[in-house]
Amino acid sequence: MSDEMMEDEGTIKKFGYVNRKAPYGTVYALESLEVVLIGAAFDQDVSVIFMDDGVYQLKKGQDTKASGMKNFSPTYRALEGYDVEKLYVEKESMDIRGLSTDDLIVPVEVKSSEEIMQIMEDQDIILSF
Amino acid sequence: MKFSIMISEGPYTHQASDSAYLFTKAALEKGHEIFRVFFYHDGVNNGTRLTTPPQDDRNIVNRWSELAQAHKLDLVVCVAAAQRRGIVDPEEAKRNSKDADNIAPGFHISGLGQLIEAGIQADRLVVFGD
Amino acid sequence: MLHTVNKSPFQANALLSCLRVVKKGSAILLIEDGVYGALVGTKATPTIQEAMKNSKVYALAPDLEARGIQDNVLKGVKTIDYGGFVDLVAEYDTVQAWL
Repeated sequence: MSDEMMEDEGTIKKFGYVNRKAPYGTVYALESLEVVLIGAAFDQDVSVIFMDDGVYQLKKGQDTKASGMKNFSPTYRALEGYDVEKLYVEKESMDIRGLSTDDLIVPVEVKSSEEIMQIMEDQDIILSF
Repeated sequence: MKFSIMISEGPYTHQASDSAYLFTKAALEKGHEIFRVFFYHDGVNNGTRLTTPPQDDRNIVNRWSELAQAHKLDLVVCVAAAQRRGIVDPEEAKRNSKDADNIAPGFHISGLGQLIEAGIQADRLVVFGD
Repeated sequence: MLHTVNKSPFQANALLSCLRVVKKGSAILLIEDGVYGALVGTKATPTIQEAMKNSKVYALAPDLEARGIQDNVLKGVKTIDYGGFVDLVAEYDTVQAWL
């Protein structure tokens, strides 16, 4: 099996982050974003997938003043500056939740479930949140 | 084969740490290498030596420490997640002027980069969470 | 690709979401509360039967036994121990955990 071969120091792997949780109710969305930011420094081939309630992470207009939590949604807009440009959102997850790309804080690629399947299959490593 | 493990939940509330431990043990028994076990989110709570479960229950923290000692496992607790949740080693305690530390034997605190490196170096990364 | 599912299908959408994006020839391993998806005679049974047409479905025996449901497993779902779990991870290129 090819994956048992020794990796070179400079090997670039495909890192897929799968975000399926809504923000604020639990910490997973925030701490996932922290991994993506740190991971960007490692020059890997990064894809970030949003599905299920994870699509709510990208909702425009988040205002946490009254809830007292940290609004981390602007950070998604900074991802491009870290060369994290492959943001994928599953269409079905958006449709179920009545969302369209106009509702999202960053430009994303909307993908069918079938396409998300292929993107996941293409990854070397998947970090699930 | 080389495996890395990520654990996202603390002990006792969720089964994730039990599952991860039994998986890690089985992988070692089959002759695989565990490159690193990375504790993230509430998973950092697996790394406190102050845990005192009832006598008739498993000691999840000690079990990790013992496995680490027997197999020279690299048990890494994420520093950012640990700081939020009060998991502290002597160095961190000093740096943040805390009056105590609580890290369990075999665990050490380090950055999120260790998780990325675990993904790069291992053939497989398995996530246990909620 | 190996998919692990650790949620009861009656409580969360992890199994359904997994099945939406599972590729033919993949493996699905039910662990923790996910093992409730492996049972006969539940509302989730037809779902998992459908999934078994394209994917191999496994359930972790220690988790079935802990929950007292080891005798109610749907025919065709293969029960494995932690060693079998390790073998599956080694066999498939990547693992996606549906949490």
